[in-house]
Amino acid sequence: MRAGFMGADRIGRERRLTRGLGVAGLAGIALFVGAAILALSLAASGNGAPAGAGATSGMADAALFDRYVWRVTRFTLVQAGLSTLLSVAFAVPVALALARRRTFAGRIWIVRLMALPLGLPALVAALGIVGIWGRQGVVNDLFALADLDRPIAIYGLAGILVAHVFFNMPLAVRLLLSGLERIPGEYWLVSANLGMSRLQLFRYIEWPVIRGLLPGIAGLVFMLCATSFTLVLTLGGGPAASTLEVAIYQALRFDFDPPRAIALSALQIAVTALLLLVLRWLTPPVTEALTTGRPVRRFDGGSPLSVLTDAVIVALAALFVAAPLASVLVAGLASDLPKLAADTQVHQAVLTSLGIAAVSAGLAVTLAVAMLTTRQILLSPRRPGRFAHVFSGGVAAGTSLILLVPPVVIGAGWFLLLRPFGDVARFAPAVITLINTLMALPFVTRVLAPAMATHAARTERLTTSLGIRGWARIRRVDGPGLRRPLLMALSFAAALSLGDLGAVALFGSQDMVTLPFLLYSRMGSYRTTDAAGLALLLGLVCVVLTILGTAGESRERAA
Amino acid sequence: MTSQTPPAEPTPIAVRLEQVMVRFPAHPAPRTLLFDAAIESGKITAIAGASGSGKSTLLNLIAGFETPDAGRISIFGRPATDVPPALRPVSVIFQEHNLFAHLDIATNVGLGISPSLKLTPDDRARIERALDDVGLAGFERRLPPTLSGGERQRVALARALVRRRPLLLLDEPFAALDPALRHEMGDLLAALQKKEASTILLVTHHADDVRRLADRVLFLDDGKVALDEAAETFLKRTGPEAVVRFLGARSQAS
Repeated sequence: MRAGFMGADRIGRERRLTRGLGVAGLAGIALFVGAAILALSLAASGNGAPAGAGATSGMADAALFDRYVWRVTRFTLVQAGLSTLLSVAFAVPVALALARRRTFAGRIWIVRLMALPLGLPALVAALGIVGIWGRQGVVNDLFALADLDRPIAIYGLAGILVAHVFFNMPLAVRLLLSGLERIPGEYWLVSANLGMSRLQLFRYIEWPVIRGLLPGIAGLVFMLCATSFTLVLTLGGGPAASTLEVAIYQALRFDFDPPRAIALSALQIAVTALLLLVLRWLTPPVTEALTTGRPVRRFDGGSPLSVLTDAVIVALAALFVAAPLASVLVAGLASDLPKLAADTQVHQAVLTSLGIAAVSAGLAVTLAVAMLTTRQILLSPRRPGRFAHVFSGGVAAGTSLILLVPPVVIGAGWFLLLRPFGDVARFAPAVITLINTLMALPFVTRVLAPAMATHAARTERLTTSLGIRGWARIRRVDGPGLRRPLLMALSFAAALSLGDLGAVALFGSQDMVTLPFLLYSRMGSYRTTDAAGLALLLGLVCVVLTILGTAGESRERAA
Repeated sequence: MTSQTPPAEPTPIAVRLEQVMVRFPAHPAPRTLLFDAAIESGKITAIAGASGSGKSTLLNLIAGFETPDAGRISIFGRPATDVPPALRPVSVIFQEHNLFAHLDIATNVGLGISPSLKLTPDDRARIERALDDVGLAGFERRLPPTLSGGERQRVALARALVRRRPLLLLDEPFAALDPALRHEMGDLLAALQKKEASTILLVTHHADDVRRLADRVLFLDDGKVALDEAAETFLKRTGPEAVVRFLGARSQAS
């Protein structure tokens, strides 16, 4: 697969093959996304008036259309802003408390709990959140006991916010905590020697770290919430609470209004492009001092009041995250699992989902390896050519293209492109697989790029000078050296694909059912016990895959 | 701060450790450190020994970062075993990260006068003077990352100066510096010690530091005080083995 800095003649053929694969992969990505965008823009120019109606009512429709688009855009940004604010505001005290208490029993489990939502399919989480916060949920049951008439209405903005906080507060906690744990151990000793109070510790030590991390974290959370599809679809509860992504889906799937879908897609791309720019601008370069590895010992937080507040804060956060998970588990176990196990539609969905997940994960990892290796080969001469730089930039852009052009937009483009060729459901498996591949690429490259760079630095010269190549090299050197990151990337990509509803929502039909799609349609037809059982199944598979995918990460960090 | 100044009749002993025991349950293997020592005031005492011999633990005990499992510590004649770090008459300087990287130099020094940074004009003058003393006049508004390693250590020294604590603990303060800077810092330290007549405890694994700076040496071996003697005597030693290794390895290196 990989070639060396030296002895290029002997392994020239291998290099050319790898390079061909890498270039072809990148071109394929560009083609796939480009075709979707082209299809959207062609359809747009062919259709004239935005609402696609007769010329007489065109003006009135346009005004109506504008108002609708404006409302959807505003809601998208407002809910993302509120979600970010709540997630971060909740995460800061939790991270501070966890950083202060380094050794209580169960701490590691709480930190692990904070990693769980990351792997949970949005649809499963939505079900769990309804189980806790919904009309018949636990919280309203408690209010009912106090003779209050079930005051919490989950569908709408409230539900979206709860769900976004459920996903993003733990993410923010983990990012903040790892920042706080990088504070040099000497700081705590120096501050103890200087006699700093709780407030002064916060002001001089903790806050500067948090302030440095906040823009990046807030930007990331905002981006995730602004492009959130499944949660808004399931918990939004109607057109009043619709984001751009959901509006695109509704325009195609229900109203069959391609011009509107196109306009919304353009707007979506503009919004995400702007967000990505702001995010890049907000995220400061890492200027972290190397610590001497002095074990951290803290002398603050000894008072009973401080211990009590920290305990309450951490317990609340743990409860907030664990409750929906427990709800999924309890409801799932109470459902008629044997009946589900005998359901042929479930079998079909499991097979389809597994097939799509396996192919898209394999494809994502192969593409990433080919492109990263090619980049490495091209950049290895002392003075890399112009093409090398163009390709290198292309890889960076190509692997994160899905962040700019969301799955629903690509799906919409291919939906329009394939419609003339008959029932779009026929092409669904291929399109969904490719979209899932693209969705996995940013994560897969983030796992593989540093691992491959380290591996190359360790082995490249040696294997080249020993003349180890071809199959022997894969089996003896690259395979063992990169096994863990490769498995991590594979399981992460598979989990992502298994839990995805965005791509399948547009294309799904009676004949094309994945597990999330089946779960969504059973929820929609009020077969709630079926939905609970499916959610448990899907949640378990994805969480296990994610744990496999991130296990190596924490172990490496510990080493 | 009156409680931290030494009593009017200065005891010749700055720090006394009596049967001070620290147990480390299961590092690689369980270890017990046992210290018995008396450190004279007004002098520079080097705490020397191989790595893992307990040098930093001894320093942490005196600074209050470590609590003994048994035994007593007194500083300038006052019991200090259970006194929190901030209330001990002690300033500490580590190998690095003594300064808060996001606060400017004047603020970092000012924290030594008041952690709430309520500084009077008189305090500000003291900060300026201290920076001048360590050769960093005019550095007030600079940030630590823009300074060299040696300059940062001198800022830490300036902060110790404005704190006016009679006992200064240094944990390998020159270890991250190159030889020329080590010498420069050492000279500065010696000059300041003469001027302030303070007591300095210097943890080091360099025989060179002992040679240039120390009046006395506490040599630690395997968690115990193996030798407690004048620096001259120590430097002439031809045994035991651990001391020869300490002296030999370093004099060849320098």
